[in-house]
Amino acid sequence: MTALVLLDHENGAIKQPSRSAVAAAAGLGEVHVLVAGSGVAAAAAAALPGVAKVILADAPAYAHALAEPLAALLIALAPGYTHLLAATTANGKNVMPRVAALLDSQPISDIAAVIDADTFIRPIYAGNALATVKSSDAKKVITVRAASFDPVPATGGAAPIEAAPAVDCPSLSSFVSSELSKSERPELTAARVVISGGRGMQNGENFKLLEPIADKLGAAVGASRAAVDAGFVPNDYQVGQTGKIVAPELYLAIGISGAIQHLAGMKDSKVIVAINKDEEAPIFQVADYGLVADLFVALPELAAELERT
Amino acid sequence: MKILVPVKRVVDYNVKVRVKADGTGVETAGVKMSMNPFDEIAVEEAVRLKEKGAATEIVAISMGVAACAETIRTALAMGADRGILVETNVELQPLAVAKLLKAIAAKEEPGLIILGKQAIDDDMSATGQMLAALLGWAQGTFASKVTVDGANLIVTREVDGGLETVQLTLPAIVTTDLRLNEPRYASLPNIMKARKKPIETIKPEDLGVDPTPRLTTLKVAEPPKRLAGVKVKSVAELVDKLRNEAKVI
Repeated sequence: MTALVLLDHENGAIKQPSRSAVAAAAGLGEVHVLVAGSGVAAAAAAALPGVAKVILADAPAYAHALAEPLAALLIALAPGYTHLLAATTANGKNVMPRVAALLDSQPISDIAAVIDADTFIRPIYAGNALATVKSSDAKKVITVRAASFDPVPATGGAAPIEAAPAVDCPSLSSFVSSELSKSERPELTAARVVISGGRGMQNGENFKLLEPIADKLGAAVGASRAAVDAGFVPNDYQVGQTGKIVAPELYLAIGISGAIQHLAGMKDSKVIVAINKDEEAPIFQVADYGLVADLFVALPELAAELERT
Repeated sequence: MKILVPVKRVVDYNVKVRVKADGTGVETAGVKMSMNPFDEIAVEEAVRLKEKGAATEIVAISMGVAACAETIRTALAMGADRGILVETNVELQPLAVAKLLKAIAAKEEPGLIILGKQAIDDDMSATGQMLAALLGWAQGTFASKVTVDGANLIVTREVDGGLETVQLTLPAIVTTDLRLNEPRYASLPNIMKARKKPIETIKPEDLGVDPTPRLTTLKVAEPPKRLAGVKVKSVAELVDKLRNEAKVI
């Protein structure tokens, strides 16, 4: 059995969720990885431990990771593989079901565990239940919940690099523009520490109170859906079932009540801290350390305390 | 331009689902069912396109047990013109749904199909992309803005770290994200009017599709419970615990 993992990358640098997907694939057999882009280097992919081969697809059509050409490429490569995987990222979710349909295979989305080559555990109902599912399809098309698999290290491997065949794809779509949030902070899904604010923050301006703490801890800043819906911060801050799924070593929930939909996005964090003035807030039921306090008092105190080292 | 909008009947967003004691699934008996929230956004977007003059007819489609007709009625009350119910008691998975929709699209020849980005029951997030593949159409997934521009569709997508805008050749597939719009509540007169709108009922066989599931659910279980920890009395105690007990800072 051989698995092919489609990697998410930024100019060839492999994103952490994809390293988790490689870890999941390692449980299935030999692992090959695919790097597709335009003018992209495959050195970082070749350095992933446990990878037997890197396939590099370098063509203008792959510059913006559009689903149509990427799916066509994966279909061309599919005959050599029993399993096709990607991380459950915007990119993986966009491309993999398209691939599955063309292979007449029912995709297995967002797996949290590999039982055997055909059997996987995946969350349903926003993570309120875990389903064990067995696929009867010859080729499995899978997206991997990054928070459930420890990523393989970024270096240590030395896989050979092979060029992908040229694949024709009718031009159905084209890239117009992108508007990415600029931030010096780590990405939410890759951060070791995440500090999130909720409705209790009261407005967007108050999110600045999180910044000295995030700076000190090297944390990413997130938010609950309530805070996003209230317009305090942009949508890509959202941690939760319909936002980002995170599992950092430390998660600080500030002024977040702990709605099911938020818990689904962060409950796999190693250590959870909650600061909320409502001692009945459900977030305290999952927090390792809870502090019942007014966040407008506690946050400056916390920033000062961390500063004291 | 005709727009198709598939709508799924799911356990209501506000219901706390319970895993059945025998581990075969979640309890759905006597539970409130509603239209999948992302599909409501899809219906709303279609209705807005029609109101702007970019669409001429909206067909709402649902698949599953006879009660899915209620979900279609909800779409009709929001502004869809007619419905198609593909009635079956077989569990339908995204591949089968995509095949059934492809067969309907071949007959209806829509210019655009708008779907929810995922259903809140199985959380697969697959049907739209699969349908796009089977039809050989372009896809604009996780859309937060949709504009018809002549023979093209401009779609702004929610991607990791921000937004991306793509141009799609019509006909095309769009899947909706949360911020695309805020769905309207159907007014009472519109609910009354919806009762008179036609719903055609067909079977998977009529469309020449074998809907047999490819994934077998072996077990459904509760996720492991996380236990509440301790309450600390001060910020100083919190920082001390994080440093010296949890050792995470």
